[in-house]
Amino acid sequence: MIRRTATWIATAVVLGGAMPLEALAVDEHPGRFIAANCTGCHGTQGRSTGGMPSLAGLDRSYILNAMEEFKSGTRAATIMHQHAKGYTEAQFALIAEYFAAQKAR
Amino acid sequence: MSRNRREFLRAVGAVTAVGMAGLPTAAKAATGRVVVIGGGFGGATAAKYLRLWSTDLDVTLVERDAQFVSCPLSNRILAGTTTLADLTRGYGDLTAKHGVKVLRDEATAIDPAKQTVTLASGKSLPYDRLIVSPGVDLDYSGIPGLKDDAARERVLSAWKAGPQTVALRKQIESMADGGVVAITVPKAPYRCPPGPYERACQIAWYLKLNKPKSKVMILDANEKVASKEALFRKAWEDLYPGLVEYVPNSELADVDAKTLTAKLQFDEIKADVLNVIPPMKAAAIAERTGLITANNKWCGVDFLTYESTAQKNIHVLGDAIVAAPLMPKSGHMANQHAKVCAAAVIALLRGDVVNAHPVINNTCYSFVTGADVIHIASVHQYDAEKKTMMVAPGSGGLSIAPNELEGRYAEAWGRNIWSDMLG
Repeated sequence: MIRRTATWIATAVVLGGAMPLEALAVDEHPGRFIAANCTGCHGTQGRSTGGMPSLAGLDRSYILNAMEEFKSGTRAATIMHQHAKGYTEAQFALIAEYFAAQKAR
Repeated sequence: MSRNRREFLRAVGAVTAVGMAGLPTAAKAATGRVVVIGGGFGGATAAKYLRLWSTDLDVTLVERDAQFVSCPLSNRILAGTTTLADLTRGYGDLTAKHGVKVLRDEATAIDPAKQTVTLASGKSLPYDRLIVSPGVDLDYSGIPGLKDDAARERVLSAWKAGPQTVALRKQIESMADGGVVAITVPKAPYRCPPGPYERACQIAWYLKLNKPKSKVMILDANEKVASKEALFRKAWEDLYPGLVEYVPNSELADVDAKTLTAKLQFDEIKADVLNVIPPMKAAAIAERTGLITANNKWCGVDFLTYESTAQKNIHVLGDAIVAAPLMPKSGHMANQHAKVCAAAVIALLRGDVVNAHPVINNTCYSFVTGADVIHIASVHQYDAEKKTMMVAPGSGGLSIAPNELEGRYAEAWGRNIWSDMLG
C-alpha cells in the first residue's frame, strides 16, 4: 500500500497548534485520481456515510468483478451499469486496487 | 519517469507487469500557496482534496457565507418533505480534519499580474495558484420589472437555496385552492438543467394533496424540456393530469411584480405565485478578473487543469465554466471538476506532468413525488484531439421510471457528496 504519514509541524505552528492535527495521512496511491470519480457518492476514500455501499477495504477481485458485471449488464443496477460503461478495464483495475488498499474505517 | 507519467501508463495498462510494490513511495513535495474562492461543490471539494493529496500545500478557502446550503435537494422544501437545516453543513471539518484555512470573507478583486486576491475586509492574499469557483449570478438586466429588490422579494427566484426557498414555500402554502403557480425557465445553459421541472413536480405533489384545483404552469424559454424530457413529461401526464401545464417557447420579456404577471412575447400570464428563474452568468468576480470568454457569460478552461484560457495561474470550476458537450451545470460535476483541478494544481506546483487522461462523471437525481426519483448519469473522458471532455460512448442514461429505491439513493447521494466536499 502506498501511503505516507506526514507530521504536520509547520502549519500547526502557524495556526497556534490549536488543531488536533498531530498527523495527517497523505493519499499517494496511484489510483487516487481515477477513484475520486466514485467518491462523491461512495464517500471520500470509499468510506460511505451511509445509504451507498462503502468500497474501502473490499477485495480487489470483488470490486473488479462487480464493475465488469455492471459493464456487461449481468449485474442488476439502477445506475452503476450506466457508469461502468464509461470506464476502461485498466481504469477498473486501478479503481479496484485503490479501494482495496483503503482502511474500512 | 515522473509520477504522473507512471500513473498514466498504469491507467492505460501499459505497465501491467510492474506490481504495486515496484513503485517508490517517496514523492516530490508540492509547496505553495493555493487560494480557493467559493465554498460550494467546486471550491470546497478542491480545498479538501488539495490537502488530502498534498499536505505540504498552504490552502486557504474564502467563503462569504457562514455555512454551506445545498441547492440539490432544495426543491423538496417546496413539497414540505425537507427543511433548510437538512441541507446545511458547516465548514469546520475542512480546518479540523484537513488543515484548510477557511476565511469568512468575500473576494472583491483579483490581480492576475501580482497574483493577489483582495478581500472585502481589506486583507490581501498572495497566491501561487488561484482556484475560482464562484457559481452564478442571477442576471435581471433583461427583466425591467424585477430591477428593484422589493419586486424580487415578491417575485422570488429561489434558485440559490436559502431564505428564498423557504419564502417560496410560504407563498405556495398561503395560496388558495384553485390558484396558479407559474415558473419561468431561462434559456439554457443555466444552473441545474432539470431543476425547474423537478420544482414543478414538487409543487404539484403538494398541490395535489392539499389544493387539487390549483395549477402549475411552466413557462419555458426553451423549445423543449432541457433534461430528462420523456420522464418528466410522463410524470406530469401520469401523476399530475390537469395540474401541470408545460408551455415551451415562452421566453419571459418582462414581469409586473404588483399583479404577478409574466409578460411573454405574445401573451400575459397572471399567476397567484410567480417564480421567475432568471438567466444566469458566471458570478461577478469572474467578469472583474477577465475570466469570461464566451457569450459575455461563461469562463473558458483547459479541461486537463481547469486553468482559465484567459488568465494564467487562475483555475475556474463548476457552473461558471464554458461546459463541454452534454456536461450539465451541476453540483456533482463541480465536485468532479474540483478533483481533476486539485490533481493538476499539485502536479503543476511540483513541476510534474499533468494527467493527460482525466475522467469525470455526472449523477443527477430529481424527485417527481415526495419519494420517487428519476436519474440521469454520464461519464466524460478527455478527448485529446477535440481538447474537451466527451461523453464516453455507451455510457450514461436515465431511470426506466420513477422509483422509491432511487429516492433513497438520492438522499444518500446528498449526505455523501456533502461529506466528500466538507467532511
